[in-house]
Amino acid sequence: MAKQYETVIGLEVHVELATKTKIFCGCSTEFGGAPNTHTCPVCTGMPGSLPVLNKQVVEYAIAVGLATNCTITQYCKFDRKNYFYPDNPQNYQISQLYLPICRNGGVEIDTPAGKKIIGIHEIHMEEDAGKLVHDEWEDCSLVDFNRSGVPLIEIVSEPDMRSAEEVIAYLDKLRLIIQYLGASDCKLNEGSMRADVNLSVREVGATEFGTRTEMKNLNSFKAIARAIEGERARQIELLEEGKQVVQETRRWDDNKEYSYAMRSKEDAQDYRYFPDPDLVPIVISDEWIERIRKAQPELRTEKLERYKKEFDIPDYDAEILTSSKVLADLFEATTELCHKPKKVSNWLMVETLRLVKENDMEVEDIDFSPENLAKLIELAESGAINSSVAKEVFEKIFKEDIDPDKYVEEKGLKSVNDEGALRATIEKVIADNPQSVEDYHNGKEKAIGFLVGQTMKAMQGKANPGMVNKILKELL
Amino acid sequence: MSLMSLTAVELGKKIKAKEVTVKEAVQAAIAQIEASEDELNCYVTVDKEGALKRAEEVQKLIDDGTLTSPLAGVPVAIKDNMCTKDLLTTCSSKILGNFVPTYTAQAVINLEEAGAVILGKTNMDEFAMGSTTETSAYGETKNPWNTNHVPGGSSGGSCAAVAAEECSYALGSDTGGSIRQPSSFCGVTGIKPTYGTVSRYGLIAYGSSLDQIGPVAKDVTDCATILEAIAGYDSKDSTSVKREDYDFTSALVDDVKGLKIGVPKAYFGDGLDKEVKDAVLAAAKVLEEKGAIVEEFDLGLVDYAIPAYYVIAAAEASSNLSRFDGVKYGYRTKDYEGLHNMYKKSRSEGFGPEVKRRIMLGSFVLSSGYYDAYYLKALRTKALIKKEFDKAFEKYDVILGPAAPTTAPKLGDSLSDPIKMYLGDIYTISVNLAGLPGISVPCGVDSKGLPIGLQLIGDCFKEKNIIRAAYAYEQTRTYEGPGKNK
Repeated sequence: MAKQYETVIGLEVHVELATKTKIFCGCSTEFGGAPNTHTCPVCTGMPGSLPVLNKQVVEYAIAVGLATNCTITQYCKFDRKNYFYPDNPQNYQISQLYLPICRNGGVEIDTPAGKKIIGIHEIHMEEDAGKLVHDEWEDCSLVDFNRSGVPLIEIVSEPDMRSAEEVIAYLDKLRLIIQYLGASDCKLNEGSMRADVNLSVREVGATEFGTRTEMKNLNSFKAIARAIEGERARQIELLEEGKQVVQETRRWDDNKEYSYAMRSKEDAQDYRYFPDPDLVPIVISDEWIERIRKAQPELRTEKLERYKKEFDIPDYDAEILTSSKVLADLFEATTELCHKPKKVSNWLMVETLRLVKENDMEVEDIDFSPENLAKLIELAESGAINSSVAKEVFEKIFKEDIDPDKYVEEKGLKSVNDEGALRATIEKVIADNPQSVEDYHNGKEKAIGFLVGQTMKAMQGKANPGMVNKILKELL
Repeated sequence: MSLMSLTAVELGKKIKAKEVTVKEAVQAAIAQIEASEDELNCYVTVDKEGALKRAEEVQKLIDDGTLTSPLAGVPVAIKDNMCTKDLLTTCSSKILGNFVPTYTAQAVINLEEAGAVILGKTNMDEFAMGSTTETSAYGETKNPWNTNHVPGGSSGGSCAAVAAEECSYALGSDTGGSIRQPSSFCGVTGIKPTYGTVSRYGLIAYGSSLDQIGPVAKDVTDCATILEAIAGYDSKDSTSVKREDYDFTSALVDDVKGLKIGVPKAYFGDGLDKEVKDAVLAAAKVLEEKGAIVEEFDLGLVDYAIPAYYVIAAAEASSNLSRFDGVKYGYRTKDYEGLHNMYKKSRSEGFGPEVKRRIMLGSFVLSSGYYDAYYLKALRTKALIKKEFDKAFEKYDVILGPAAPTTAPKLGDSLSDPIKMYLGDIYTISVNLAGLPGISVPCGVDSKGLPIGLQLIGDCFKEKNIIRAAYAYEQTRTYEGPGKNK
């Protein structure tokens, strides 16, 4: 019988924090921007420049640590990680090795076998590097330091996961916690959340871990799941052939669905970590921790409970809405304006998520305003526009965040509620379609649908469908 | 009498009294530079045009009453490891041979706000690594007292320029004695302030946890006045300390009655030149005669300071200097194949031998497997040395000793034996390790006619104690520049 293997996975998750300014200088962290416009002597490594810690970074790191049940290191320091690379202007990265800000935490995930705790070994703060741009035309490389010094936290898990599903559940959980805290938007596609996967396999029942590899360049949940499956298969194949897994860093190519060796343990650099003498130790008082704990916003579990109690919406809706901070915020803000939770939920659950999927977006990319959705709901509910017009207007809101009142007015999309005008049109439709009228009288209920359609067409879609039905039936 | 023989404060007074214009002062400095620079090589860069232009601006601001500082209009020289916007800043290294900063160091900005006129940038040991100013990529500076001798280092250019009157005063930096030792060799006065007193923002780092900027001048009054101008809390430097007592000139009083001065026995043992010893002990006697209580005591761990220093400073330097890689600024090798070859060649060609030695030493002590044995042990030693000083300062207000074991060595004698050169830092280095303030004041000349320096060390944030003692001592002497000796 073939051997049974177990996959052992630990994650290193990098999260870009949502501070307005960089970790060690006052430059903006805004995404995009012309190359090297969000830079200063500090984040370009100019001689003589010195780092000054952005306190907000510490607060976010503590908040994430508390929400993931970590112990906060009340005397912590920054260390320099020394290595040469052009995206790293000082040729050292300011990070934390010896005294990371958070340790010994964990989060609970749901698995088919029930609840499971994934341990968090540590969370540390560090700075992001710049970006290399390769100019094929000029055959040279250029460096953009806009990202240099953007604050990151790295969340290092214990090797507690056993499958791609558990990894995704853990990442989902982390993402929700961090989004709810407002510490990051956690967009994998924009790189504000990145995961490196450490994976090894061993025979079921073995007590020792196998040799692990680390995979980088994973920028979607799907890529992570595929990379895990691919690497698991590769390692098992090696073992089955009687070969050894080599401890190395591999780069996942999601198009080719294969990972490539980047560097082996033998080439591993000695980073010569030592405490950064330019920064003073961070002393975190009990009071500071308590202040952050008290200011902690409502997290997902609490929010879910509250939705179920407070709003007249199905439990399923509450689950989906709270599964993303963006959706939950949008739901609450819109409901606050129009007081129709069920309607709001429907728009978000059906039309919004459909458009997200169709446009190959992430829920985090939704950026229309609650005001415009609330207005649209008012328009639809008052009968001022009919449901097909409402869907059309919503697409505009979703894409361009237009003001529906203005848009409906400008485009003349208001429902025609004038009974006289409707009656005249319907009379003409009946006169023009004798066959359908006959079918209807012969008991073909469907025929009325055709007549309604013709009426709507004649009214350019603006007729109130309820009235059309009523008048049609009367006249027939 | 030349304007350049005045102290900075005296010249400032004359400018304020309209007896002298700023332009005249600057022209006098430039004339002196032109007269002696060929022989001495105190400067890497002289900014004649910039200085004359700035002189006019400063004159206007003095005339309209905007500038009232005692240093307004007084020409200054800045050590070439402090960034000056639009003015070449080389650290006396080939690797920064073309580096023009985009910003100015905070200490220099503070001086400019006091109305200083910058004459240029002074020569130094490459990246402040050395004790003779011979490791400069731009030629050694010669001691104005005797051009066969070194001026000391690493702030040798600043100290020689003050002694040779090529500026009214200068800024230096001190990581292990780099202000006090060359001040001693050049017969001028220099202060290394308490760590955290002067902003390091814009000072190109050598050993970040030890570096401090400080004044070099003809006398204690100048030094206290300059320190008052450059010191101050700076939010851009995380190691900067908020203090209440920046009024250093208030300590310029000729009264040491009751001041308790400790003389460490270990500072007067083997290796100390007899003439230096005699001059320093004579100075102690003078202070005693003026009413100070002087007594000998045992200061522990003196022999551990040098090894601890060379581990810590080299470790920090190996990391601090990694940014000089040919990518963003500075020297890049002409021919290279690929990134790593470019790094390797640019750094091999751009750094001198002493800098390479310390980068290698620092990289070694930080490497995995050696970190605990060297770097951590050195940090623990540093903490113990600080404790020894804490104990001493429970009893004494000031610690007195020599600034260096000898007077200035001959050119070329030191570099052949780096260990011997390192040992020359024995009296100054522990002050940096403990973060203390120290001052070097002239206390005589030896039989070769070379100056001897007296070092006074204070407890952290007690600059005023050493300024007071140095000032009182200075009142018993008259300033002797090298000119009177020639």
